Amino acid sequence: MREVMTKSMARNVFYGGSLFFIVIFVGLSIHSHSYIVNVSTDKAGLTESVARGKRVWEHKACINCHTILGEGAYFAPEVGNVMARWGVADDPEAAFEVMKVWMESQPTGIEGRRQMPQFNLTDQEIRDLTEFLLWTNKIRTQDWPPNDAG
Amino acid sequence: MKYETQKIAQIYFIVAMALFAIQVLGGLLAGWIYVAPNTLSELLPFNIVRMLHTNSLVVWLILGFMGAAYFLIPEESEREIHSPMLAYLQLAILVLGTLGVVVTYVFNLFEGNILLGKEGREFLEQPLWVKIGIVVAALIFLYNITMTVLQGRKTAITNVLLIGLWGLALLFLFAFYNPSNLSLDKQYWWYVVHLWVEGVWELIMASILAFLMLKLTGVDREIVEKWLYIIVATSLITGILGTGHHYYWIGTPAYWQWIGSIFSSLEVIPFFGMMAFAFVMVWKGRRDHPNKAALLWSLGCATLAFFGAGVWGFMHTLHGINYFTHGTQITAAHGHLAFFGAYVSLNLAIFTYAFPILKNRDPYNQVLNMASFWLMAGGMTFMTFVLTFAGIIQTHLQRVLGENFMDVQDQVHIFYVMRFGAGVAVVIGAVLFIYAVLVPRKEIIEPGRSQQVAAE
Repeated sequence: MREVMTKSMARNVFYGGSLFFIVIFVGLSIHSHSYIVNVSTDKAGLTESVARGKRVWEHKACINCHTILGEGAYFAPEVGNVMARWGVADDPEAAFEVMKVWMESQPTGIEGRRQMPQFNLTDQEIRDLTEFLLWTNKIRTQDWPPNDAG
Repeated sequence: MKYETQKIAQIYFIVAMALFAIQVLGGLLAGWIYVAPNTLSELLPFNIVRMLHTNSLVVWLILGFMGAAYFLIPEESEREIHSPMLAYLQLAILVLGTLGVVVTYVFNLFEGNILLGKEGREFLEQPLWVKIGIVVAALIFLYNITMTVLQGRKTAITNVLLIGLWGLALLFLFAFYNPSNLSLDKQYWWYVVHLWVEGVWELIMASILAFLMLKLTGVDREIVEKWLYIIVATSLITGILGTGHHYYWIGTPAYWQWIGSIFSSLEVIPFFGMMAFAFVMVWKGRRDHPNKAALLWSLGCATLAFFGAGVWGFMHTLHGINYFTHGTQITAAHGHLAFFGAYVSLNLAIFTYAFPILKNRDPYNQVLNMASFWLMAGGMTFMTFVLTFAGIIQTHLQRVLGENFMDVQDQVHIFYVMRFGAGVAVVIGAVLFIYAVLVPRKEIIEPGRSQQVAAE
């Protein structure tokens, strides 16, 4: 190797190669950003309620049990498509009702069953969370997940 | 110890090991909740336990990196650390922030408060005030070591280490950007998470490994540094666009499926390079360094990182496979061995090398330390296997056949029981490690004649 490459050549490959790929990555990132905003997500549907719902999702640390678009903990079901799984993706009122019943019946306390905490959400918070998950369900994710099981 | 200020590293390493203990205990509890889900379900729910497990991991690894920097930079730069006072101040800020995080999570304080409440994106759950504290501490740290390096001898090791640490701090700034659009949020969240562990952290890892090889094997600096530059070049050339393997299914364009598949397949190369580097240096090296445990950890680190990050990462990185495996226990298996192999083992290697020097003793109780290596490495490997099996079954039942998540989880229960057993071995190993580096003062086994030659 001594003959093939010197230390300063290796260093230049490190600097030059990294810089080259950083530039490409930044370019693709800018394109992806605008693709997300304009193409794959519902711009008009991103209401105040959806934004508040995302904060409910965060403040309760939901992601440390569930996954959303496949990312998070793997302890509880995927929620990116939960509205489709519940069959309420096109019916916000029904989605709210199902969500309310679900949230208020936790924890089940059933022995040997994973427990979801009682978060004591107000009706407004339940509605916001529902709106957030309805909005998320509409993200164009290259058809992931493969089926409703998530 | 050649330089007085290398001593700073000791307190960093001790705090890091305390958090390491919290991390593995949190992991053990989380593993037990998988087995017996009603455990503490209302007092300390799973999500809180997991936050403690992951956050304490990240903080202790970073404290270990910082300690390692304070330890090796004086030797490399051939001068004392610019300001020891700033080094301790910086640690105090980080410890305060860490305590704040633990109290906030466990007692669920200030929920919803914009400054004091937890923020709730995975791994970046820390309250805003803690994030600001982290940035302040990082700035102090970078100022301190950069001044030291700039005024002293410049080596490839300090150069790469410094680039890695600056990158770590700058990328963390994306943690402050949290748009309402979930897909955008995820796009930039990976700037922190992926570009850390599969980008700049690899620079830190390679430079610390290079330092250890230099000291343990006695191979020429020129050769070590050439390897170092080649390894980190492959890290960034593959790792930056390798981010694409996280952009398959989150609302990003389809071209990432090609870019991500190709470049993240190549991400195996730097990990293979590090493994080859470590073994070739040991074979080439003429020095018979008495600190065998540090050598074991270094070689173990390079090997387990290759399998955990390299092989297990490649296993589910092609987009056609990832479509089915994304977000299953296969991800969990990969995450555990990758973090243990690459970053936990690296830290434990530098601790093992540094403590005898910091405490001004001969290398001591190598036997206990090496036993802890085999316990932890064995436990983590077994854990990775059982989670992989669970993940394969989960992928088939849930992603192919479409069975419900919880029904599938019930069917893979046996693997979680075995995972808990593996976790017990890891915890025993971790406790043994901490004991072995801090407490004993005498050798269990007398060193052989060939090892009595003094070494650095």
